[in-house]
Amino acid sequence: MSGRRKLAGWGRYPVLDARLYQPRDVADVQDLVQRQPGLIARGNGRAYGDSAVNADSTIDMRLLNRMLAFDAERGQLVAEAGVLLGDIIAAFLPRGWFPMVTPGTKFVTLGGAIAADVHGKNHHRDGSFRSCVDWIEVMGADGRITRCSADQDPQLFTHTLGGMGLTGIVIRAALRLRPVQTGWIRQVGHPAANLAAAMEIFETSADATYSVAWIDCLGTGSQLGRSLVMLGEHAVPADLSPEAAEDPLRPPAKGKRTVPFDFPRLALNRWTVRAFNALYYRAGVRNAGAQVVDWDSYFYPLDALQRWNRIYGRQGFAQFQCVLPLARSEAGLTALLQAIAQAGAGSFLAVLKRFGAQNSPFSFPMEGYTLALDFPVTSRTLALLDRLDAIAVANGGRFYLAKDSRMSASTLRASDDRAIAFARMRAEQGWDGRFHSHQSERLSL
Amino acid sequence: MTKPSVLILGGRSDIGLATARAFAAQGHPIRLAARQSALLDPERADIALRHDVDVTLHDFDVLATDSHAAFLDSLPDLPGIAVCAVGAGGDQEESERDSDAAVQVMRTNFEGPAAIFTQLANRFETRGSGTLVGISSVAGERGRATNYVYGSAKAGYTAFLSGLRNRLASKGVHVVTVLPGFVATRMTRDMDLPAALTAQPAEVGAAIAKAVARRKDVIYTRPVWRLIMMIIRNIPEKIFKGMRL
Ligand SMILES: Cc1cc2nc3c(=O)[nH]c(=O)nc-3n(C[C@H](O)[C@H](O)[C@H](O)COP(=O)(O)OP(=O)(O)OC[C@H]3O[C@@H](n4cnc5c(N)ncnc54)[C@H](O)[C@@H]3O)c2cc1C
Ligand SMILES: NC(=O)c1ccc[n+]([C@@H]2O[C@H](COP(=O)([O-])OP(=O)(O)OC[C@H]3O[C@@H](n4cnc5c(N)ncnc54)[C@H](OP(=O)(O)O)[C@@H]3O)[C@@H](O)[C@H]2O)c1
Repeated sequence: MSGRRKLAGWGRYPVLDARLYQPRDVADVQDLVQRQPGLIARGNGRAYGDSAVNADSTIDMRLLNRMLAFDAERGQLVAEAGVLLGDIIAAFLPRGWFPMVTPGTKFVTLGGAIAADVHGKNHHRDGSFRSCVDWIEVMGADGRITRCSADQDPQLFTHTLGGMGLTGIVIRAALRLRPVQTGWIRQVGHPAANLAAAMEIFETSADATYSVAWIDCLGTGSQLGRSLVMLGEHAVPADLSPEAAEDPLRPPAKGKRTVPFDFPRLALNRWTVRAFNALYYRAGVRNAGAQVVDWDSYFYPLDALQRWNRIYGRQGFAQFQCVLPLARSEAGLTALLQAIAQAGAGSFLAVLKRFGAQNSPFSFPMEGYTLALDFPVTSRTLALLDRLDAIAVANGGRFYLAKDSRMSASTLRASDDRAIAFARMRAEQGWDGRFHSHQSERLSL
Repeated sequence: MTKPSVLILGGRSDIGLATARAFAAQGHPIRLAARQSALLDPERADIALRHDVDVTLHDFDVLATDSHAAFLDSLPDLPGIAVCAVGAGGDQEESERDSDAAVQVMRTNFEGPAAIFTQLANRFETRGSGTLVGISSVAGERGRATNYVYGSAKAGYTAFLSGLRNRLASKGVHVVTVLPGFVATRMTRDMDLPAALTAQPAEVGAAIAKAVARRKDVIYTRPVWRLIMMIIRNIPEKIFKGMRL
């Protein structure tokens, strides 16, 4: 049930020596919590950095993965923390339900989605994951399980959402699903010549259910922030081809591919990135306009390529994701994109998204724009990431801990004045003595 | 068309549960039979929710042979497929010291499973259809110092299944013998098993569902165990008795 091994997050950086436990039931988890001096829960390891790693004891929650009850009146599912979002979709989409909020991969656990308080392409309308969570059962340092919600122990509830596993171990939760008529999305792509044009589209599309933009990070000058903004709506049967409308909730399954080995570093240099970006942009412009795509291709394009994190090679990669307040977004994003273009460090995945308002003790989102990009880990890109941190901080921005693998404690404190309050809360509640990750230690949380 | 129900004897076993999931995914109603079956309610809910099938729980003790007929009568219907995952690894050293412990292992792996299959076989024969799946073990292919009490009981069960298959072959009733090597389950959780030879329960469950569909007689999981056991069976006794396996 346990063993020492190398553990990392999705970015495969940093790689750490850790002891991993695989509890099979609640009693096993209780036993671990009572026996281990310090520990952290781990879901499906999709956070990029070291937030789900504790060298002494990392608790793999994936065997606690039972769905326990479903109330079809309210669309409320009660499930254990290790259930994957993808399993929920597999079970409930055929019956007309879809997650209310989903990140860009379906391979996350319910516990991981709660701990990171994840956001989706609908944040501007529906908020973060917390807006579909009715209650959570959390195991505390004493091994006791407390059910919390907005009304019952709201302190624990609101800090557990976004608390990155640092408030205890999520055992079970109740979440509300969204009724849908089909498993298809009506997508419209809008090319934007530069950042201002992209932001303009976001600002005028506030009523779209889903919106996200892919940015070509290598555009410069008047083309800085050149992007493709994608809007989406759940399709109704009338939107579908006659063939698809026959069984609207079951789009044909897609094939899976796997990246079989680590790419050599040179596969991913500036030129390949540039070519990729140019091609992607042109293909996007060509396909702009309306399209109906299946849920899997729309929400989870990367999931079709399993273990794609290996294309960055053995050294791994890091993601930069910040959010800037609305008033500072255009200036801040411009400075960030300029710094990236200057460094010539292209990124395969640069994503821009408008967040709606959110006010919570330690969750990432706030009203404004969030930018996310991947970089292979090298000394050069690590230096660039430090520069990007400084630009974001100077523009009132803060960082997403689910993506972070290298920020310093002082950067966190400079970017987010809630960090001190969160650390104080941890001390007051006695959470800090027991629940910590490599990340929480790095960030002095 | 509604699919026939699948009865899992030993419904708490990891292999049994994985088999239940494999059949539920195909749309079969599931009957989980176990001691203190009410405690399996979360599993019941999970299988029913994921696969949108009817799942029911039934108390069952393989050693209480007197109650087997009443147990079968109490099921909602006579199952189309019955899988026996009941078993007890036992503690070999304890079995050497204490013959009562040895008898318990033998009864749990052979006598009890053979008894319930005798009754099911007769009911299936009368109906003229059905599939019986017995989970035995590669341990039954040759007795070894480290687990011969368990192994001998599995050997008896394997022979029983083979005979039952022979008897029912012309009666529309099929019998599948499952011979797992190592499987990562509760039974083996504290053992250090070689990864390449160790199957996950889900793998075994999927293999069983496939074997039933294809009317296979004997399957090894993982398949490499067929080769390993062929070699082990063929070591001359003179040499084998001096080996430590
Ligand atoms: C391709 C890709 C796309 C992504 N897109 C998005 C996106 O669009 N939006 C977004 O918000 N995020 C996104 N993410 C990040 C991802 O959603 C989060 O990191 C999420 O937390 C991962 O869940 P996990 O189950 O893998 O958890 P892990 O990565 O294993 O853990 C993440 C955190 O959750 C905690 N945790 C896990 N389980 C429990 C539990 N049972 N109890 C308490 N704490 C627990 C861990 O301690 C850790 O702090 C993306 C990641 C990838 C790889
Ligand atoms: N794991 C392996 O490596 C391996 C290898 C070869 C063969 N097998 C065989 O595979 C089968 C399933 O085992 P497993 O690995 O899934 O282990 P398991 O989880 O320990 O399953 C054994 C099951 O047998 C049940 N059982 C024991 N005595 C019983 C009784 N008197 N009445 C009713 N049920 C009883 C147990 O029920 P309780 O929960 O109530 O105790 C338990 O659920 C067994 O026949 C085993 O011998 C396993």
